[in-house]
Amino acid sequence: MSALQLLWFFLIGVLFAGFFFLDGFDYGVGMATITVAHSEAERDQMVQTIGPVWDGNEVWLITAGGAMFASFPFWYASLFSGYYLILMLVLVGLIIRGVSFEFRAKSPMPHKKIWDWTLGIGSAMVPFFLGVMFISMIKGMPIDVNGNFHATFFDYINWFSVVGGIALTLLTYLHGLNYLSLKTAGEVEERSNNYAQFLYWVLYLGLIVFALMLIFMTDFIHVHPVGTLTMLVVIVILSIVAHAATMKQKELTAFIASGLTLVSLVALIFIGLFPRVLISSISSRYDLLIQNASSTHYTLTVMTIATCCLLPFVLAYTIWAYWIFRKRIAMPVITEDK
Amino acid sequence: MTILSLARFQFAMTTVYHFFFVPFSIGTAFVVALMESMYVHTKDESYKKMTKFWGNIFLLSFAVGVVTGIIQEFQFGMNWSDYSRFMGDIFGAPLALEALLSFFIESTFIGLWVFTWDKVKPGLHAFFIWMTSFGSLTSALWILTANSFMQHPVGYVEKNGRATMVDFGALLKNPQLWYEFGHVILNAIMMGGVIFAGLAAFQLLKKKQASDAARHIYKKTLRLGLSISLIFAIFGLVLGDLQMQYLIKEQPMKFAATEAVYTTTGKHAPWTVVGIANSKQHKEEYNLDVPYALSILSYHSTSGAVTGMNELNAQYKHKYGKNIDYYPPVNTLFYSFRIMCGVAAWIILISLIGLIMSREKSQSLYRHRWLMWLIAITTFFPFLGNTAGWFVTEFGRVPWTVYGLFTIQQSVSPNVSVASLLTSNIIYFCLFTTLAIAMIALVVRELKKDPTQTIEPKFKKVLDPFDKEAF
Repeated sequence: MSALQLLWFFLIGVLFAGFFFLDGFDYGVGMATITVAHSEAERDQMVQTIGPVWDGNEVWLITAGGAMFASFPFWYASLFSGYYLILMLVLVGLIIRGVSFEFRAKSPMPHKKIWDWTLGIGSAMVPFFLGVMFISMIKGMPIDVNGNFHATFFDYINWFSVVGGIALTLLTYLHGLNYLSLKTAGEVEERSNNYAQFLYWVLYLGLIVFALMLIFMTDFIHVHPVGTLTMLVVIVILSIVAHAATMKQKELTAFIASGLTLVSLVALIFIGLFPRVLISSISSRYDLLIQNASSTHYTLTVMTIATCCLLPFVLAYTIWAYWIFRKRIAMPVITEDK
Repeated sequence: MTILSLARFQFAMTTVYHFFFVPFSIGTAFVVALMESMYVHTKDESYKKMTKFWGNIFLLSFAVGVVTGIIQEFQFGMNWSDYSRFMGDIFGAPLALEALLSFFIESTFIGLWVFTWDKVKPGLHAFFIWMTSFGSLTSALWILTANSFMQHPVGYVEKNGRATMVDFGALLKNPQLWYEFGHVILNAIMMGGVIFAGLAAFQLLKKKQASDAARHIYKKTLRLGLSISLIFAIFGLVLGDLQMQYLIKEQPMKFAATEAVYTTTGKHAPWTVVGIANSKQHKEEYNLDVPYALSILSYHSTSGAVTGMNELNAQYKHKYGKNIDYYPPVNTLFYSFRIMCGVAAWIILISLIGLIMSREKSQSLYRHRWLMWLIAITTFFPFLGNTAGWFVTEFGRVPWTVYGLFTIQQSVSPNVSVASLLTSNIIYFCLFTTLAIAMIALVVRELKKDPTQTIEPKFKKVLDPFDKEAF
């Protein structure tokens, strides 16, 4: 395995981590618009907190996909064709969520309701099915010698993957609630905070189940005992930190901690996978490895140079945009028409 | 139904649908940016109102363009996994660069543009939409770098059953790329002009009660749109001609198919205006020919032979293997090419007439309602022309995915079942239909608004997140 291959395995992890940290709260806010909001006005207030930034956040996923294609084409080809229907559902979620921002802003009542629902449902679909995908992936899938999946329904949908899907959805939901507490003022801020305080207890339960399943249903603990246990502990500690911060109304701390929880989950998956990228349940000889799934040295070099030149600019204007939209969004004073 | 036919149908459906909105948003972003720059330059409030009014149409097209674009990136892996394995070393890099360089720029700056009206200086605000436009223009460059390789592979060696990149610079210097990029960009901007001019004509026809101020905005838009469409359609036509000259040399089979030339012509090639290609017996039937014209079109000279498909097929069988035939779907190419050229010619003609008749002095255009209707209906023509153009490019590549290297047959994901493909085809079809209906309804709703009133409503019941007040 070369240094460049290792670097790109790491960078794919960084891109997915960035995606879950940033777009994660967009999904959480999206779900909160149908669970936390009491009125259309509150819903608008919530949507406005993510309105200017959600599209840029979603590009992290597009970049992760593109970078995976470029640096590990065999991983990309096997994973994407193997999870055909799951990824189709992810796409449906991304599509109905993506259009809802523009469509609901321009639709009159009652049509606006349709796009309120697509926003909420789409926002739940994406993390849930991505969770199902990543968790069933680390359990190992029936991958043949050519890297093709020959999986049946229960390879995709099983207790472990469903728990993983729910856990990821819950984590993004909590991340979104923490973001709302941070970015709104008034009742929405308070209610989001209350929801988060309660839901962390549910999350603890989910994490225990998830950790046990991870230990007994994957080979992570055998392959990387130290890394796996460390990351599990980090995830639990970060959840507790976030929970404590929500109780003390330290909103920024809570938001960063819930974001880092998602990052740690990605780190756990990537550490456990290493040095593989896909695990075959048929035979370990069919595992896809970093060293044989990657592009050539030349392509990786081109990609590395391009990334080094472009990424600083991307980060700079992204941070600038967040700084411009730094204010809290308050409920508008409702003025009766005429 | 086989996995190949279903995967192909899905690819065609999703790309055609996506490409309704891509040039729509690239073109309208450019025109909206021009409008805002005019406002910054002249400080004329009517340009600001214009920018906001038409900006809403652009935003709707952008929203649908973005979400249908995500499918594209995923489906190379999902439906064409063996292609992705073969081509990943080359194809992935431009795709990743497109995301890194273009998508981040356009998505971040469009957010800034929408939410900072009157919050930042007008010049900076105009800069945001120009950055969005820049992002969308460069995204075309990267994806076409990938497509051009498939049309004309350069800078690679074949190693261990996959194409591997040896020279990234060669990919960017691919002449195919610059013809394609120029062609796509010029036509996208033309499309922005045509759509705004056409929609403005609709408003002038339908809104008889519109105030003078509103009519003034529509008329300005009409003239701006027609000027843009005329200029860019002419450039597009010239570039298209150059591209065909290039095709004769580099992809003679595609060229021969667009003209349904089966047997190699004599020195003075006649041009078939219409005809039917008999793809079973490999000959042309019921053709109406114009003598010398094909030589003139192809070589700008009265003499010059065009190699026919039968001869090329024999050559390819010798070169690539005897197992398959190398004819593309001839009738599709033949008629798509004619539709594309017809649309271009029509747009040039109608833009020219519209501009002449709407001059400050004469203004006779607005009295000839039938002519206004023609301009209004032209709104829909670029969609047809674009699709036909891509049909020529992509069907002309059959049976190859990567020209001369890898066939469509070899590319498909072997492990995705017919049932899965059928499910995704149906779901995407239903989703796209719903989005199209919603999109059209919302565009119509935006158009019904009075452009002079778009600045700010005095009272509001609910907070509009896309409103600057709530910023």
